[in-house]
Amino acid sequence: MINFKSVKDLVDLGESKNAVISELIIAYEMESTQISREDVLRKMKNNWQVMQEAALRGIANEEKSVSGLVGGDARRLAGYGDYGYTGAVVMKAAAYAVGISEVNAIMGRIVACPTAGSCGILPAAILAAAEKNKNTEDEILAALFTAAGIGMIIDQNASISGAEGGCQAECGSAAGMAAAALVVLKGGTSKQICDGAALAIKNMLGLVCDPVAGLVEVPCVKRNGFAVVQAMVAADMAMAGIRSVIPIDEVIEAMKNIGAALPKSLRETSEGGLAATPTAQAIEQKLYGHKSI
Amino acid sequence: MYIVLQMQRLAVFDLHGVFDIIGPVMIGPSSSHTAGAVRLGLIAGKILGEPAVAVEINLHGSFAQTYKGHGTDKALLAGIMGFSTEDERIRNALDIAVERGISYQFCCVNLGEAHPNTAVLYLTGSSGKTARIIGASVGGGNVMITNIDGYDVALTGQYPALIVVHRDCPGIIAKVTNVLARYEVNIAFMRVSRHSRGAEALMILETDDLLSDDVVEECRQVCDVEDAFSIPAV
Repeated sequence: MINFKSVKDLVDLGESKNAVISELIIAYEMESTQISREDVLRKMKNNWQVMQEAALRGIANEEKSVSGLVGGDARRLAGYGDYGYTGAVVMKAAAYAVGISEVNAIMGRIVACPTAGSCGILPAAILAAAEKNKNTEDEILAALFTAAGIGMIIDQNASISGAEGGCQAECGSAAGMAAAALVVLKGGTSKQICDGAALAIKNMLGLVCDPVAGLVEVPCVKRNGFAVVQAMVAADMAMAGIRSVIPIDEVIEAMKNIGAALPKSLRETSEGGLAATPTAQAIEQKLYGHKSI
Repeated sequence: MYIVLQMQRLAVFDLHGVFDIIGPVMIGPSSSHTAGAVRLGLIAGKILGEPAVAVEINLHGSFAQTYKGHGTDKALLAGIMGFSTEDERIRNALDIAVERGISYQFCCVNLGEAHPNTAVLYLTGSSGKTARIIGASVGGGNVMITNIDGYDVALTGQYPALIVVHRDCPGIIAKVTNVLARYEVNIAFMRVSRHSRGAEALMILETDDLLSDDVVEECRQVCDVEDAFSIPAV
């Protein structure tokens, strides 16, 4: 029986069973859903296929969302790539993340990971990294299952919902999951996975959910682009041997407490923050013909 | 005015699975306002049990405020027409409904303290059959149907469900569950509600196993059962 309530449990379990985190998560899924290993892997491969399709569609996308607020930026970023300060890999990751989020905004097909609002971060990280590292499909699957494990624990011990925990719960969780995946793709240890995830989430703590006009567009789409970059830096730090002073499980606990302390106006209600700015109010007026708050 | 059996879901603290975190595959932009709305529509369509020809939907709270930007209207109609949450036709659902001769109307209403993503769906089918379903999209694409034709229910659509309309009388639950037992169908959750003692009542059984037509037909034949139908997991 695979039982875990924290990231520490997972790491300890891995040590006692001499197994990596991704294998424990696969075993957990087989056990809890009574489906074969083959089927679990097939489902994840299918999700990975959808993620890649969304990324490629995203960086070519010229279509605007119904509101007209987003669409076409991933294409701009992908075209700019090599001239940037951050280097081609990081720019590519940001472009993929923005692109997948644009596909989401124009009612295209995506994989929620953990949510639709944060759907660009994990796939963008893995795709850009795998292109650079020339990772195999097995390594990519291991990265995805490891990320899922981190996400499952955040979901259980804190929240992955913007309405409950603010954007830190969505894009913050996704960045932590992405950092864990990136460490796996570099062949890092379980400890480095924990550090990468902890470092990424720590830097996203307190992020509020204040979407303009209540739509998953502004600031969500571009924020996916920023979050994947945070995940990359966090993974690089962990692989360089930098430790997170606060362990991952305590970071997740802090995220939960911060989410609970956030006022309702900054938890997906569009009553505060960016959503309450004059420009956002004007956009809302134009879209709905009335203010929603 | 309803009784609740002790088989209510205790799943609040369950660890979600891998594909709740990396997944579902869905049409954007919002798991609650789009994917959840498709699932509400899907369940409502299955409850109606025949193609809808007229649809009136009342939207409350956040659904009412943001439905156009999130495509909640398209998603609900798509679900009623039987499209899955990953069907790329969702974005064209309004046009497809017109092509199929389905009349539809969306209204914004204030239901007070109801969940902010609540919809009330009034459906009329091709034979004239009607259904009124109240449900909410409770986050992450998960939904909760709270009322069917005036009966309080708690239906998530995650399991196949058997819905039995019957007269409230002693032994009726045993008779129905006996049919399920004979077909080796395991009951995961069960709820019974009624308007008043001895009046028409509604039994909902969510099961681990698929419900064959034979099971449903036999339940329909049980004395004091007025109607029985199944809806698949969505």
